[in-house]
Amino acid sequence: MSKQEQNRAQPVHPYTIVGTPRAKVDAYAKVTGRAVYADDILLPRMLYGRILRSPHAHARILSIDTSRAKKLPGVLAIITGEDLPQKFGILPSSQDEYALAIDKVRYVGDPVVAIAALDPDILDEAIKLIQVEYELLPALMSIDEALAHPEVKINDEARIGNIHKAVSYEFGEIEAGFAEADYIREDWFYYEGNNHAPLEAHACVAQWEPNPSDPIGGKLTLWTSTQTPHYVHRELSKVLGIPQSHVRVIAPHVGGGFGGKSDPFSHEICASELSRRTGRPVKITCTREEVFLLHRGRHPVKMWIKTGVRRDGSLTAMHFRSFLDGGAYGSYGIASTYYTGALQTVTYTLPCYKFEGMRLFTNKPPCGPKRGHGTTQPRYAVEVHLDKIAFDLGIDPVELRRRNLIEPYSYTVNGLRITSCALGECLDRVVERSGWNSFHADKQIVAAGLHAENGASSAVTTVKRGMGLAASSYICGAGKPIYWNELPHSAVQIRLDRSGGVTVYCGATDIGQGSTSILAYIVAEELGIQIGRIHLQTADTALTPVDLGSYSSRVTFMAGNAAIAAARKLKEQLFQVAAERMQVSPERLYAVNDVIYDEDDPGVTLSFEHAVQFAEARFGALVAAGSYTPPEGIHGDYKGAGVGPSPAYSYSTCVAQVAVDEETGEIVVEKLWLAHDVGQSINPLLVAGQVEGGAYMGYGEAVMEQQIFRKGRHKIPSLLDYKLATTLDTPEIETILVEIPDREGPFGGKEAGQGPLNPVIPAIANAVYNAVGVRVDEVPITSDKVFKALRNQSQGKGMGLQPSPIETPSPWPTRLIKWQPEEHQSAMKRQSDHTSLQEGVL
Amino acid sequence: MLRLPPFQYLAPKNLAEAAHMLSQEGERAMLVAGGTDLYPNMKRRQFTPPVLIGLRGIPTFKNISGSAEEGMHIGAGVTLTTLAEHPLLLAHYPALATAAGSVSTPQLRNVGTIGGNLLLDTRCNYYNQTEFWRHSIGYCMKKDGDICLVAPGSPRCWAISSADTAPVLVSLGASVRLVSVRGERIVPVQDLFRDDGIHPYTKATDEILSEVILPSATGWQSVYLKLRRRGSFDFPILGVAVSLSASEDGTVSEVRIVLGAVASYPVVAKDAATLLIGQRLTPETIEAASTSAARRAKPLDNADLTMNYRKQVATVYIRRALSHFLNSNYIK
Amino acid sequence: MRELISLQVNGERREIAVLQHHTLLEVLREDMGLIGTKHGCELGECGACTVLIDGMPVLSCLALPIEVQACDILTIEGLEQNGKLHPLQETFAELGAAQCGYCTPGMLLAGVALLRKHPHPTREQMKEYLAGNLCRCTGYTKIYEAVEVAAQRMSTGEEQPMRPEVEEYHV
Repeated sequence: MSKQEQNRAQPVHPYTIVGTPRAKVDAYAKVTGRAVYADDILLPRMLYGRILRSPHAHARILSIDTSRAKKLPGVLAIITGEDLPQKFGILPSSQDEYALAIDKVRYVGDPVVAIAALDPDILDEAIKLIQVEYELLPALMSIDEALAHPEVKINDEARIGNIHKAVSYEFGEIEAGFAEADYIREDWFYYEGNNHAPLEAHACVAQWEPNPSDPIGGKLTLWTSTQTPHYVHRELSKVLGIPQSHVRVIAPHVGGGFGGKSDPFSHEICASELSRRTGRPVKITCTREEVFLLHRGRHPVKMWIKTGVRRDGSLTAMHFRSFLDGGAYGSYGIASTYYTGALQTVTYTLPCYKFEGMRLFTNKPPCGPKRGHGTTQPRYAVEVHLDKIAFDLGIDPVELRRRNLIEPYSYTVNGLRITSCALGECLDRVVERSGWNSFHADKQIVAAGLHAENGASSAVTTVKRGMGLAASSYICGAGKPIYWNELPHSAVQIRLDRSGGVTVYCGATDIGQGSTSILAYIVAEELGIQIGRIHLQTADTALTPVDLGSYSSRVTFMAGNAAIAAARKLKEQLFQVAAERMQVSPERLYAVNDVIYDEDDPGVTLSFEHAVQFAEARFGALVAAGSYTPPEGIHGDYKGAGVGPSPAYSYSTCVAQVAVDEETGEIVVEKLWLAHDVGQSINPLLVAGQVEGGAYMGYGEAVMEQQIFRKGRHKIPSLLDYKLATTLDTPEIETILVEIPDREGPFGGKEAGQGPLNPVIPAIANAVYNAVGVRVDEVPITSDKVFKALRNQSQGKGMGLQPSPIETPSPWPTRLIKWQPEEHQSAMKRQSDHTSLQEGVL
Repeated sequence: MLRLPPFQYLAPKNLAEAAHMLSQEGERAMLVAGGTDLYPNMKRRQFTPPVLIGLRGIPTFKNISGSAEEGMHIGAGVTLTTLAEHPLLLAHYPALATAAGSVSTPQLRNVGTIGGNLLLDTRCNYYNQTEFWRHSIGYCMKKDGDICLVAPGSPRCWAISSADTAPVLVSLGASVRLVSVRGERIVPVQDLFRDDGIHPYTKATDEILSEVILPSATGWQSVYLKLRRRGSFDFPILGVAVSLSASEDGTVSEVRIVLGAVASYPVVAKDAATLLIGQRLTPETIEAASTSAARRAKPLDNADLTMNYRKQVATVYIRRALSHFLNSNYIK
Repeated sequence: MRELISLQVNGERREIAVLQHHTLLEVLREDMGLIGTKHGCELGECGACTVLIDGMPVLSCLALPIEVQACDILTIEGLEQNGKLHPLQETFAELGAAQCGYCTPGMLLAGVALLRKHPHPTREQMKEYLAGNLCRCTGYTKIYEAVEVAAQRMSTGEEQPMRPEVEEYHV
């Protein structure tokens, strides 16, 4: 069968490997206990390290006395802030962390002293012998407190009071937009924030290898449970004063991240410094409590939305304000602040849009990126707000959304380029599969029936069912790197060995999502070889070319395109020698399953091994590199336009069915239907896994996980009290993959790791309302809140539970940036069409 | 990784030897059976006993004997899994099987014992925290501090009785056998507890709880309902245990309504029971009894969900527990 | 002071000097090199450290080696026999039940115990039996599917991989 016939026979997609479900390349290591995670590493002469953390939310350090601990037998090194005085941070614009506190501590858990000792039992004793004297300072524990007390300065990065970052944008003419509206609604929402809680706690092993003949003195290797070895590499070098050339960072198997392992951390720097000082490997494994203190989790965000809408449901204007509770340090917070506003325009068409965002420092563990980074909170708020508008206008919530869908291959009002978009298909599919229409039709009949009987039937149950829906979008990788430069975002090298072995090198970091497997599938597809012969070397800054890391759902798209580019170069060499050998033109060749065929005469073949040998004889060692940089022209030309753009966006829709007990407020989420526009699955099994995982995590955020602080400290930093959903809680999840290939994605693929979480929370919130008729406009929606909302309603105190508004600073403490999209967009569109035709990957 | 503090482990072969060891070691020693409550507490330094006396090697601790008619004897070392799956309990003491089966997770129930669950340390989310956390907040009177952080003006500790089996065993009218070198005594389970978050048990420090004695189940029905956020792992934040016997015409002859996780001990709602005795179970009598019983629930802000909520849903849970007998056709 | 004890792990009896207060988890990982057993909380709150003791799922972070000397201990390393994987290991790999893989060893052992107790478990039985193992990646769906297919294979002796109906994901 020719290649063309094969294509016709498989109308879904033309690929041999891509698009077919299969085991991950590391699956067998993981199911047999062979996979090595950071804490599994045991090196000869290894020491154990631990960090003494601040017991106070805000205090000045008066003195640190480590002398007694130093004398304890088995203690080998102790370091404090003055030993590592260089500031660091993930963003160049927020270099505000010390490896160990200097002068001041800013939250309960701030690192103060690090110790290395022979074994963990000695650490237990040693840590008790350290005396730190503090002078307590007032602690600010909420957005309101941080705004109310500018005189209590938590972090010097804040220019005004405790405002870390404030932004203000107007896209299009907002007043004109509201003037066109038939109906305007305003709402406040609160999203409490939460922790990633990967099952594996953060851990690392550092090994300093001295080399007196090198002026630097030696080399450092750090194995660490991280999503971003590249950025850990940069920051380690900076703080330790060791050139990057002498630092090697390796991510072994990582037991989940979800954003929580994307920052460079104090324990990584301290383990490295302790290793340098002792000349021995040092391991630091965080406790579960420390994971809650390292945090970098989802920001608590209070949000205000005002939306104008025409009678037919079309949106005329949106004004959105966000207030982020950032915790004590910057982390990714500036990006998070922008993200709370940047993607509102990517799901639905907004003719004009105003966004004001503000991040506050508080005396809590620093917040950062969690799955859906900065977009999850506003997506919840917007989707519930739209649901209310639909109800107010008497429009079906599905219809309201359908009327406002963003157009594929268009530009948003804030200048973001949209490529493929199957949001409409996702809506159709999820509505159909969930039985949305019949559910709501039945519900109306039941409601009418109950009304007729005056609700007096003894068969009336206290459990009420409801269905809710929401839609969302997410980036397939940040369009700009953290350090703005001209360098590629991802690179892949491939080496072909004369034995027929293929080694793929890439900095991409597999945190369980399967990025290493994706590299293998793509290279195998492109070279027409079996996956089994591929060796993979990833996430090692000494061996692998830079991939920026597993954040912003970027790896499949970016590393995937880099892998295609690298493989194509080798394929060209192989086909050149094969064509000569087979005496056909290279255009007639295709490769599949380790064999190169003549398309017109499939009997004429050459094995992959032979082709490699002929090619090596001709060209010398066979190594090729490919890289990926997102295209230009995908964002506006205003300051701050760098957060939000992406080479593509994924789209998701979710329908949730819940059962709520009217007497107790207890919520059971019975089922989630989730449709995801993934462009093209590279491995549908892994995509479905990401969708299901996102659904599960969204469910937990919606009704279970509470991140509460009490008396200045995390109230419940344990897996018993911080509630991760168990098998008995997690709803049934039905996954629907929508595959309309993206022009620029690898084989048309888009992200799946983060986007599917976003619609789950508002879908559940809307379902709770549909079930019992009360709104709890804060997340999580727990049984006590539903109970209170029902009480409020029955006592005539409103429609539910609404968060208290924040007194908005006036004027907003930053300059308004006004931007008009029209001229910019038409210029960019011309350029983009040109790009996709001439240089598009596929 | 959180680690246990060092200790010496003693493994007696029988009850007499265990009692002897305990009397020898005195306050230095703690008893351990499954360890599922003690070891986490030790890792967090709530307890740092120099000596642990492990009761696993005592064969009689795992015995179950008797019948529903005569009553049953359950060794203190019988695991919660065994109880949850035991056919006699499932048929005749269903509340106990339910309670045992609702403790934490399968893994914990495979190791955790009835004796250990009954003598569970009282809980409080200011107390069940790591050494670091408790140091950070300045400790509480239950361990290393001198005030109650839940109710700072209070002279007492308000840690909560959180054992699922405790209210059930009280409602069943069960007793326990306590053994020491001084001899042994049988104490109603209800008398094992006292209203003190720090010292919640009347058991003397040299006594070993060796078995639980269930009275005859003839004529009795029982039920246990539990409020918690998740389907597993979580301790109860409200437990309602009811045992009831009714005469042939459906009037209640005896009933015991016991609330768990609302105080430092399982709370017996006597007034509510009095309201039901001699009455038939109807929605009205049930409502009156539930309202009365729920007044005994006085939760504080030291467990999951808000205390107002836990207080307010108590009525509903008690009503549902009593209504269970209506649904199950309580006249037998 | 270390004490010499004897443990039967994965069918091999070994004498080993342990500190009495070190948990089975610590001794398996640090003294015996069996790093396949993981830990997520150290307090019995996650299930990652589950091993089978006399066939029953037990948390190794809350077990003392000294207490289980007379028992048969099975860790993830012992599930594979002479290079042949347990059917549940195969289906976990094939059906995507292991994402980050960190809960996987504990989940597999709990799953194996489940299949011994209920050779054809219903979803409800799976949920009850696996309720002590938290997974943060999968939402549990793929784990249930892996248990179901493993149960089928074990009863039919089926060797051929059975794949899920992937078409159902597609439009």
